[in-house]
Amino acid sequence: MKQFIAFVKKEFHHIFRDRRTMFILLGMPVVQIIIFGFALTNEVKNSRVAILDPSKDAATTSLIAQIEASRYFEVDQYIHSTNEIETIFRKGKIKLAIIFPSHFREDLQHFNKAQVQLIADASDPNVANTLTSYASAIIMDYQNRITNDRKLPYTINTEMRMLYNPELKGAYNFVPGVMAMVLLLVCTMMTAITIVKEKEMGTMEIMLVSPMKPLKVVLAKAVPYLLLSSVNIASILLLSVFVLEVPINGSLTLLVAESLLFTLVSLALGLLISTKVDSQQTALFISLVGLLLPTVMLSGFMFPIENMPLPLQVVSNAVPAKWYYTIVRSVMIKGTGFQAVWKETLILAGMLFFFLGLAIKNFKIRLA
Amino acid sequence: MNEKVIIVENLTKKFGDFTAVDHISFDVHKGEIFGFLGANGAGKTTAMRMLSGLSLPTSGHARVAGFDVYKENEKIKQNIGYMSQKFSLYEDLTVKENIRFYAGIYGMSNRFIREKTNEVLEKLHLAAEGDKLVKSLPLGWKQKLAFSVAIFHEPQIVFLDEPTGGVDPVTRREFWQMIYEAAESGITVFVTTHYMDEAEYCNRVSIMVDGRIDAMDTPQLLKKTYDAVSMDEVFLKLARKATRAAD
Repeated sequence: MKQFIAFVKKEFHHIFRDRRTMFILLGMPVVQIIIFGFALTNEVKNSRVAILDPSKDAATTSLIAQIEASRYFEVDQYIHSTNEIETIFRKGKIKLAIIFPSHFREDLQHFNKAQVQLIADASDPNVANTLTSYASAIIMDYQNRITNDRKLPYTINTEMRMLYNPELKGAYNFVPGVMAMVLLLVCTMMTAITIVKEKEMGTMEIMLVSPMKPLKVVLAKAVPYLLLSSVNIASILLLSVFVLEVPINGSLTLLVAESLLFTLVSLALGLLISTKVDSQQTALFISLVGLLLPTVMLSGFMFPIENMPLPLQVVSNAVPAKWYYTIVRSVMIKGTGFQAVWKETLILAGMLFFFLGLAIKNFKIRLA
Repeated sequence: MNEKVIIVENLTKKFGDFTAVDHISFDVHKGEIFGFLGANGAGKTTAMRMLSGLSLPTSGHARVAGFDVYKENEKIKQNIGYMSQKFSLYEDLTVKENIRFYAGIYGMSNRFIREKTNEVLEKLHLAAEGDKLVKSLPLGWKQKLAFSVAIFHEPQIVFLDEPTGGVDPVTRREFWQMIYEAAESGITVFVTTHYMDEAEYCNRVSIMVDGRIDAMDTPQLLKKTYDAVSMDEVFLKLARKATRAAD
């Protein structure tokens, strides 16, 4: 135990003395949460809209006022002929054009039918989709209000409720993703690099000649990063609750326990990498390309796994972050209990033993 | 000088078809400075790794500090010190932190560490530098400090793997002075080196060629046997027979 404490102490000296490492370890989660929470969001806000309104009657004016009032749109300019549409889209500022016919209100009153054309810049298909559906919703809403005065023979009212995330906030999606990413980076990359560094410097050899058991060396290496990860889990959760206003709907204990499990999986992965490579650069490269990329791409955090081709869906099962991401979303956002995530938990535990076993086996072979 | 602390009989290590160490046999006595010479790739490091418990022999017998290399390598580790050619102190830790760490992994008590640290720093004239980062010390001091750390836990045997690489001649002399002091206090020194003038400082020298020990004696007798004026000449005469390419 004395050996172990001496080792952990030394490891903390390394970490605290290296400002850059300190910054990466403790600052990165904060920076990432803020970047993802505020800058990178797939919500569409204040998109510029152009309007062609030749009829200029009470109906179009009130419809336009409603569009302007929503936080999704900002009326940028009025155009006067359809010829201008192409030009304004080419300039790139305008994302959506709303074209009213010449006699909008008359059509509506006399023929019970009027047309509005929505033209979106689909060079970004996701944004175009979102914008047209927002605009349609506003128009439908207007229609419902004017038809309320009159009796229609049949109407079907659809009422939608967005469960768990009523405001469709992007942060609900990003917080679990960033948690997975940060824990993976800190634990896997940093442990892999520090162990390989000892190999490079020749200090690992000294340790192996010492009476300290190899397994103990490796565990002592991992303990400081486990502690730091706990700090990171805390700071991410605090930031998301108090700054991004993402609630923790489920049990905090369960959330923390699952995060620690994922941290251990990441540590085991880091150890595994460190037994396989001999230079810090290779360790860094493998951690980034081999782990960070799949985590971002295949965990479901950026792109929905359901929409991927089957081979990629199969591959995504091997990405630990996918399971952790699912767990965090269930526990944190949906507020479910352990019975809803026991399968994912079991898979992560399985991965932990697999990676750890492999790492220890490799470590022993190296010694023979 | 009669107590044998290292006993090696027909020790062999094979990596697949390649025999890195080929049936070597020798004894080292307590307090002796035993030089272990050989060209690059002759098998020195592999032999040393087997004796220090880092690597298991393929066949043969060896006892180090009274313990068997196959079954008792944990006990061997407690009784040996090791300093490698690669630098082995942490540059971003202070002198004292380095000592505390290495003494810590050998399980020394806090009180022992505190008292001995002062003693060692006094001896190295580093008392004022105890809280400085190792990074800031000149190479020669680092090397001497590394040696002091390697024998801090008072091992029976210390293995030195090319300990004086890249050090100026004056520092090398001072370093050897420390080796003599250690040997006088009863620590057996097992040292590999490239510098033939250093070989002259050893009590006994063995020269490895292609995994075998081709010659072993005191420097004086070796020079006489091979009709040479210096150890350098002895070494060249033997090494010329090598068929294995240096790596």
